[in-house]
Amino acid sequence: MSQGQQAAALDAAMNQSASQLGAWHPVCALEDIWPNMGVCALVEGRQIAIFRLQDNQLYALDNYDPHSDANVLSRGIVGDLSGERVVASPIYKHHYQLRTGVCVEDASISLKTYSVELRDDTVWVQV
Amino acid sequence: MMNQLTRIVIVGNGMVGHYFMQELVKRHPDLHAAQLQVTVLGEEPRPAYDRVHLSSFFSGSTAEDLSLVEPGFYDRPGLELRLNARVSQIDRHQHTVTLTDNTVLPYDKLVLATGSFPFVPSVAGRDRDNCFVYRTIEDLEAMTAAGKTAKSGVVVGGGLLGLECAKALKDMGLETHVVEFAPRLMAVQVDEAGGKVLRSKIEELGVHVHTSRNTTAIVDGATARHRMVFFDDTWLETDMIVFSAGIRPRDELARESGLAIGARGGIAIDDFSRSSDHDIYAIGECASWHDEMYGLVAPGYDMARTACAHLSGETTATFQGADMSTKLKLMGVDVASVGDAHGKTPGCRSYQYTDEVRNIYKKIVVSEDGKKLLGAVLIGNADEYGTLQQMTVNAMALPENPEFLILPASDGKEKPGLGVDALPDTAVLCSCNNVSKGAIGEAVAAGNCSIGAIKSCTKAGTACGGCVPLVTQVMKAQMVKLGMTVNNHLCEHFPYSRQELYHLVRVEQIRTFDDLLHKHGKGLGCDICKPTAASILASVWNDFILKKDLASLQDSNDYFLGNIQKDGSYSVVPRMPGGEVTPDGLIAIGQIAKKYKLYTKVTGGARVDMFGARVEQLPNIWEELIAAGFESGHAYGKSLRTVKSCVGSTWCRYGVDDSIGLAVQLENRYKGLRAPHKIKFGVSGCTRECAEAQGKDVGLIATENGWNLYVCGNGGMKPRHAELIASDLTKEEAIRMIDRFLMFYIRTADRLQRTSTWRDNLEGGLDYLRDVVIHDSLGLGAELEAQMQHVVDHYQDEWKTAVNDPEVRKRFRSFVNSKAEDSNIVFVNEREQIRPATVEEKKQAKVIPILATTE
Repeated sequence: MSQGQQAAALDAAMNQSASQLGAWHPVCALEDIWPNMGVCALVEGRQIAIFRLQDNQLYALDNYDPHSDANVLSRGIVGDLSGERVVASPIYKHHYQLRTGVCVEDASISLKTYSVELRDDTVWVQV
Repeated sequence: MMNQLTRIVIVGNGMVGHYFMQELVKRHPDLHAAQLQVTVLGEEPRPAYDRVHLSSFFSGSTAEDLSLVEPGFYDRPGLELRLNARVSQIDRHQHTVTLTDNTVLPYDKLVLATGSFPFVPSVAGRDRDNCFVYRTIEDLEAMTAAGKTAKSGVVVGGGLLGLECAKALKDMGLETHVVEFAPRLMAVQVDEAGGKVLRSKIEELGVHVHTSRNTTAIVDGATARHRMVFFDDTWLETDMIVFSAGIRPRDELARESGLAIGARGGIAIDDFSRSSDHDIYAIGECASWHDEMYGLVAPGYDMARTACAHLSGETTATFQGADMSTKLKLMGVDVASVGDAHGKTPGCRSYQYTDEVRNIYKKIVVSEDGKKLLGAVLIGNADEYGTLQQMTVNAMALPENPEFLILPASDGKEKPGLGVDALPDTAVLCSCNNVSKGAIGEAVAAGNCSIGAIKSCTKAGTACGGCVPLVTQVMKAQMVKLGMTVNNHLCEHFPYSRQELYHLVRVEQIRTFDDLLHKHGKGLGCDICKPTAASILASVWNDFILKKDLASLQDSNDYFLGNIQKDGSYSVVPRMPGGEVTPDGLIAIGQIAKKYKLYTKVTGGARVDMFGARVEQLPNIWEELIAAGFESGHAYGKSLRTVKSCVGSTWCRYGVDDSIGLAVQLENRYKGLRAPHKIKFGVSGCTRECAEAQGKDVGLIATENGWNLYVCGNGGMKPRHAELIASDLTKEEAIRMIDRFLMFYIRTADRLQRTSTWRDNLEGGLDYLRDVVIHDSLGLGAELEAQMQHVVDHYQDEWKTAVNDPEVRKRFRSFVNSKAEDSNIVFVNEREQIRPATVEEKKQAKVIPILATTE
């Protein structure tokens, strides 16, 4: 795990209250996620969008887009806005920060983020 | 004054008469409440229309297109419009007008906007059949009818209107001649040297010009209907003749009722546009101010505003003459004249530039002391018109070397511009619609930051269009002043416009987004630049869009080769070229829809849309469609959608050509073509136009002489009629022109810009587009065609490639770690088919979606 990944995981962890910290689950192989794209994992009944950026940094957040009431965020385009990494919802194009889950257009809305890490080419997520 | 009912009668419903009415309504939106009772009398059978653009009637515009009257405008209380109403007499003592049907109308104030009539020289035989004047839509209809059987046509008069009229004859496919009495064309606006250049330009276009020709008689011809005999007994034979030898004011009513008349005719008016009877105003071409008459619309509008202000009790607005500068495009040739074009001011001096290779002539006239610009003539290229006109009108200081104002810019040197900052806010940029620099500034401040937005908000540049370059300059300067970024950068990652990026991709042979970003951008990219780059890469190289390095760039629709719906399910549209489908094909679609429980609907593009497919079902559905002979319809892409068609001559008793055959051929040629936005075609087999081709990006209509090609139409949010760009094409010619048109659009349009908005923002408009596409003025034709052929040759059915690639296919699942379905996609039944459940219905059904709610 790189320093950057650790920092992101730490950030994500800090966004969650202690009660939400859960168990780690293996989800898929790294190669199942193409660079700069996302997949959706079903973990403990939750839909979690996991993104892999080109530097192999991973991010995990809710797949549910509250602006469209649809489970679609894993299908969004990733990129950055003013240096902050984001995913754009494919329905109405709202942007969510990958690091914090905060909606760029409406800061009152924030998605849950999850710790995610790579162990021996397998992607793990904490739910 | 206005607390009693005031009866206003307006005689004439031409452009100026209608403008007066618009001004009056602007001042008094509720005429009733303002105690006004207005009667408008129009002698023609239809309300006001755009006479300035009359010649566009021959290139596809209809009478409705030309109309200036917004629906319902004359239906307001207190206002009555009477058409086919001609005034025979004014009784100034009784304050009444009498119509030819003996109706008598009383007035308190009378406004004469009677316009002018075409002057027809007194030549023996001028009343023969197929001799016309060029003034009203009825005149044009008669000309069109005669043009159908004529082979040749002559315009008598080589002035501005005469040349417009020659264009009309040329558009009708006639061998066209212009016969002018004076020794040169456009003698009023243009000097001798300019007239020479103009003549060779016009002759280059295949129009025969005869100057210094005085017609003495028109008699029966030997090879054509008429023979025109000239003063020196030479003659010219032709099938039809149009007189366009100038206009004369319609001042006969005024004369008969004893109003003062100007020295050269016209109703004499004062600075308030009042005639010698202060209850009667005269405006437009029928009026004479200080013995000057104005044959342009802008001074007429100015008089209308003045009269309207005065009538409403305001005495500050006065008519102070008009700048007669004009800029026109006559048969594709720029012609402009500013101020004292002939250099009549004592002591003035001139600079001239002539390019006999490209037929360009430019002249400026400067004051004796060399400090002020007095006038200019520009032929063949009038790019400097805006600058020169403003310099003249606002008496601005000339630069040190004024000759550089008209000399071509040498490499690397910026031409001395006007420096729009130097213009006062009161400077009128658009004289047709009286829009000042200040008004443009306000429009920009209100957020109108494209020339299209400025046009619709201020009306600047919407009449003759001559001021558009200058208005654009002022808009940009204003944006800089307000601290707005004047750039067309795609997004924060690329400091380039879409057009520039397209160019970079092509010239540098860039094939991936990473390469493009590395060489020309910064950061990671975003949902703006990634799909744009994907579209450009597809337009240039046409690789499979779900290749590993391209897939992450695609919008969700392209990414899953289907249209994402509000609940995250997809719709599937197989291609049916031209809307043609076999019974077996229909049965297969029905069976597949039934098997996967999809909602089916016939689309506006004449094919079948199947809704409600889950991501993981898509490859299986496609596989079955492919087996039944279908391929992707690209309903999800910014790409060619459908070619709508009628059955044409194959079945229809009115059809004149095989529209369905051509539609199928076109759809198969351009399928899969990625563009800045979606593209739709229509092909109609006759002028009844059942395929609605004139509402499409590309439309073809069969005529007895071949295919007419229309471009840049649109339905949707802002409907726009397509415009005729070429006529009488063979199928092969039409396809070449469409190749060029589409590729030129793909090269130069902004992201998500439909052809209609692209066209509206194209400097030079339709004429420019026609030059590039039809006349190949940029020398790009062969290259554009070759590029299109590359795209056509590299077409593949994306569905087929996707289902046959195991790596790609793997991505079509809801969950990377489970075969479960997304339980938030829930359907209920309606009219015997499925539809997405509403949030309420999902709750009632106690379906608990698998999702994490936000807190």
